[in-house]
Amino acid sequence: MQTVTYRLVTIVAERSVRDRLLDALHTLGATGHTIADVKGEGSRGARTGVPGVPSVKVETVVPPEVAERIAEHVAERYFAHHSVIVYLQDVEVLRGSKYAPHNERA
Amino acid sequence: MLDVLLASLLSPVVLAFVLGAVAVAVKSDLEIPEPLYQALSIYLLLAIGLKGGVALSETPLGDVAGPVLGTLALGVLTPVIAYNVLRRLGRFDRTNAAALAAHYGSVSAVTFIAAQAVAAYAGVPSEGFMPALVAVLEVPAIIVGLLIAYARGDRAGSWQEALREVVTGRSIVLLVGGTVIGWIAGVEGTEKVAPFFVAGFQGALTLFLLDMGMTAARRLRDLKSVGPFLVAFGVLMPVVHGALGVWVGLAVGLSVGGAAVLGAMVSSASYIAAPAAIRVGLPEANPAYYLTASLGITFPFNLTVGIPLYLTLAQWWGG
Repeated sequence: MQTVTYRLVTIVAERSVRDRLLDALHTLGATGHTIADVKGEGSRGARTGVPGVPSVKVETVVPPEVAERIAEHVAERYFAHHSVIVYLQDVEVLRGSKYAPHNERA
Repeated sequence: MLDVLLASLLSPVVLAFVLGAVAVAVKSDLEIPEPLYQALSIYLLLAIGLKGGVALSETPLGDVAGPVLGTLALGVLTPVIAYNVLRRLGRFDRTNAAALAAHYGSVSAVTFIAAQAVAAYAGVPSEGFMPALVAVLEVPAIIVGLLIAYARGDRAGSWQEALREVVTGRSIVLLVGGTVIGWIAGVEGTEKVAPFFVAGFQGALTLFLLDMGMTAARRLRDLKSVGPFLVAFGVLMPVVHGALGVWVGLAVGLSVGGAAVLGAMVSSASYIAAPAAIRVGLPEANPAYYLTASLGITFPFNLTVGIPLYLTLAQWWGG
């Protein structure tokens, strides 16, 4: 089975940034994402959450340069005032062309 | 007057709220699942919207104009009062004072629903079109709060997106949407949905307040972090705003029950619409302040002491 190495970017964020975040992901070159409502506590405590509004976890598999752009964007836009964490890891994927931005697709 | 006080304190909705708080205090394993909370809040907001819309369809426009204008004026005035109290007496910085002012000027729909239920339970029902006033009261204060904050200095948020958040938020969509549906359908049209939306209402509210009691009690942990001024503010500001609301309510021609419910609305602090908008528009403001104050202090205060107080005031001034 032929696999290609891509980057898995995971962002856990308070609900208030969800829509802006998803827009940015796609502008920056992600071709898809998976999102789930999650609960938890971080260095800011559970306080920033509005009652009844869970945090979100967004995952996207992208080429390394897109992963870099996404991480930089999130750091610049949200780290100062929002409850957001980002982590990246390498993943082996099947059908590598699925994750390349449309204009770079072979 | 004393029996109104007693009746409102012993109404099932208030007792369910207390039960929720007790459950947290004794560390019970009781937990209301998140989706149920969501479902109940959607049900309650749509139900009061429908009810208000049906009532509007039966009310001459002239009878509603006064209360709407009075409510609008209160929605602009109360955040300005709250902001000045916080800045001058509380020495809060501009950002946090503006964020808190937006919350205290806006309305908690749940406090409104509870007040309406308690007033009816105590034998002084309010006008049917009151839910329309909730929609009127919700938005202006948040705009005023954002305006104050954005008038000076750069902001990390975006007021345009914050404004969109307020106007398209679930409470406004359901309240206004429900009102329009109720108004179009009228009494006859809504007969079919009444068994679900009317008969089940008080029960759903009781269940919802059980959950709110738990949420509010959990917030109490943060009381220490917000300082004594904000605790005092969370109790005294609602009394001032509530009295103002009762007085304006009577002045614009509402009944005793209507004026008391308007007082409760004006005194309440938003904890759904305002936090959502402020988080987007003023992310620098500390949510521990506004969430703890509105949800941990003002909401439980209003539910137990405030609502009976505004009922008593309304009877005293208007009876």
